[in-house]
Amino acid sequence: MLKYVLRRISISIIILILISATVFIIFNYLPFDPARLACGKHCTPDVIAGNRHRLGLDVNWWVQWWRFIVGLVSGRNFGEGAALIHCSAPAFGYSFTQHACVTTLLGQALPVTVSLAIGAFIMWLLLGITLGVISARFRNTWIDRMSTVFVLVGTSLPTFISGLLLLLFIVLKFNLISPLDLGTWHSPLHDPWGWFSSYFWPWLSLALIYAATYTRFTRSNVIETSSEDFIRTARAKGVSERKVLWKHTLRPALAPILTIAGLDFAGLLGGAIITEQIFQLPGLGRLTLQAVLQDYDLPVIVATTTLAAAFVVIANLIVDLAYALLDPRIRIS
Amino acid sequence: MSNLLDVKGLNVTFPTIDGDVRASVDLNFEVNRGETLAIVGESGSGKSVSSLAIMGLHNKARTTITGEVFLHNKTGTTEIISASDEAVRRLRGKEMAMIFQDPMSSLHPYYSIGAQIAEAWLLHNDGNKKEGMARAIEMLDLVEIPSASKRAHEFPHQFSGGMRQRAMIAMALVNNPSLLIADEPTTALDVTVQAQILLLLQNMQKEFNMGVILITHDLGVVAEYADRVNVMYAGKIVEAADVEDLYYRSMHPYTLGLLRSIPRVDKIDDHRLQAIDGTPPSLINLPNACAFAPRCEYQSRVAGNLCTSDQPSLDVKANNHTSRCFLTIDQIAQVRA
Repeated sequence: MLKYVLRRISISIIILILISATVFIIFNYLPFDPARLACGKHCTPDVIAGNRHRLGLDVNWWVQWWRFIVGLVSGRNFGEGAALIHCSAPAFGYSFTQHACVTTLLGQALPVTVSLAIGAFIMWLLLGITLGVISARFRNTWIDRMSTVFVLVGTSLPTFISGLLLLLFIVLKFNLISPLDLGTWHSPLHDPWGWFSSYFWPWLSLALIYAATYTRFTRSNVIETSSEDFIRTARAKGVSERKVLWKHTLRPALAPILTIAGLDFAGLLGGAIITEQIFQLPGLGRLTLQAVLQDYDLPVIVATTTLAAAFVVIANLIVDLAYALLDPRIRIS
Repeated sequence: MSNLLDVKGLNVTFPTIDGDVRASVDLNFEVNRGETLAIVGESGSGKSVSSLAIMGLHNKARTTITGEVFLHNKTGTTEIISASDEAVRRLRGKEMAMIFQDPMSSLHPYYSIGAQIAEAWLLHNDGNKKEGMARAIEMLDLVEIPSASKRAHEFPHQFSGGMRQRAMIAMALVNNPSLLIADEPTTALDVTVQAQILLLLQNMQKEFNMGVILITHDLGVVAEYADRVNVMYAGKIVEAADVEDLYYRSMHPYTLGLLRSIPRVDKIDDHRLQAIDGTPPSLINLPNACAFAPRCEYQSRVAGNLCTSDQPSLDVKANNHTSRCFLTIDQIAQVRA
C-alpha cells in the first residue's frame, strides 16, 4: 500500500512538471505579444524590446519555464534598479498590468473560489445522492418521475440562466439578500453566517447543474448494484431492506461516483467563470477572465492555468487513494 | 425423520407484457429433516424460481405467488407465502439458508469473509462484533478452511473458488438452520473441487440434521447425494421418486432422455450419447397439452392425440413414485428396456 501511494505521488509530480512546461509552450506560440501590448500607442521598437526584457520574454520558453520553476521554489525578482520588485516563494510571476505579484492575486482569489466550490460540492452531493437513492428505491413511481423532471430541468438550464433567475427573484424581487452583499468577502472563521448567506445562492445555482447528473448517476448505480448476487445473499441471510440499501448496496454503488465527484470538484476549484461573473465573486474564474479579456496578462493566465491543472492532478491522486480505502480489491493489488 | 417442509400447490408467475410467465406450476413436495431432495431440470425449468419462493426472496411487486409453503422449524410452523415480510426475514438465514451457484459474485466484494459470516450470526443472535467474528472463525474452521483465524480477515477475491463456496456454506450454516437450499452449488467449480464441496455438504447435513434441497442439472451428483428426486420440466414436476427408483425404473420419457445423455464409463460401446431433440418451450401461453410432447419420441405410442390435446396429471405409478405421462406402466417399461 505504501509503495502504491509513493508511486502515485511521484507520478503526479512528474505530470505537474509536464503540464507547466506545456503551458509555457502553448503561450510561447500564441499569436500575440504582451511586450507590444504593454507599450501603448506611441511605441518604438526600443520600448518593445525593453518591455520584452522587463517581462522576461526575451529568452526561450524553456528558460522562461525554468525561471518559473525556480521562482516557485525560491522566490523571484522582477525589474531592475529602483523598480526592483521581489515576489517571495512560491512566486507565480508578476503582473505588470495589475502591478502585483501573481501569488498575491491568487491569494485573494483562492479563498473565494474554494468557498464557492466546497459549498456547492457539499450541496450537490447531498442533493444528488439523496434524490438518486430515493428515486432508485421508488423507481417507476411518481417520486421517481418527479426526480426525472428535476434532473431534466437542472441539466437543461445553464448557469447563466439559473443564476440570473436566482438573482432576479432572490435579490431583486424578494430581497432575501442585499445586492451590496454579493461579492463581499466574509471570512468563514470570523463571520460564518455572513459567509454562508453571501454564498448560498451561488452554491445553489452551481449545485443544481451538478446535482442533476449525480441524481441520475446514483439512481442507475443503485439499481444496478441491487441486482447483484451479493445483494440476494444479504437478503438470504435475513438482512432488513433498510440495511440492504444503506450498507450492502450504497457503498459499492457510490464508489464510482467518488471518481467523478473528485474531478468535478477539482474542475470547479480552477474557477467557476460564469457563476463568479454573475454573482460578482472575485475568484479565480474572474481573475482568469479579466487577464484574458482586458490585457493579456500572461503571468496571471499562466498561473491560473497551471493551478487549475494542478488541482485536477491532485484530486485525481486523492480519489485514487480514497478508492483504495473503499474497495479492498484495489487495496491489495 | 420428521417433516420439515411442506410445499402445497405452489405457483410462481411473472406477469409480463407478452403474457404471464408461469415459472412454477402446482408444485407439491415435502422435505424431511436429514433428507436430501434433489430438484433436477434444465435451465428455465423452474428449479431456482421455486426455491426462491420458499425463501421468500421474490420481489412481490413483480411476482405472483400462490399456494402454501409450511416450514416446521424448532419453534413452530410458519406458512411462508402468507406470512409478513418481517416474519419471513426472521426465518431467513436462521431457520432456512441458501447457497448459490457462483460464490464469487454471491459474496460482497467490500467486506471481509469473516465480517460477512459474523453479520449473518449477529442478525439472529445477541452479541457484539467480536463474538460474531469468533463465531465466524469457528465456522470457517468447521468447513475446513486452513488457518481460519487469519483468513477470516481476508476478502472474497483472495479466496479460491472452492474456498469461497466453503465460506458461503459456513455463512449459511452459522445459525444452525433446519433447511438448506443449495442452488447449483458446484456448477461454477472445478470438477475436483465439486466432490469436496458435496462431501462437505453431506457431512454438515449429518452434523446439523438439516433437510437439504439440492438444485442441480447434474444427474451424477444426484445419484450420489440425494434421497429423493423431483424432475422438473417447463415449470412442472414431471417425475418424483426415490433416487434408486428414478435411475433404475424411470417413469417419464424426459427423465429417460436425461439419463441417456450422461456419458457412462461402465458401459463401453460405440454408441454416441443420445441427446433430447429440440428445446424447452417458452413458458408464456403454454398450450393445453403435455409440455414435453413436441420432443417426446414415444408420443406415437399413446392412443389418439392425447399428448397434444390434453395435459397429463402427476399420477402415482408405483410406491412413492409419481410421473406426469400418458404412457402406461407397461409401455414405459418397454421403452426403458
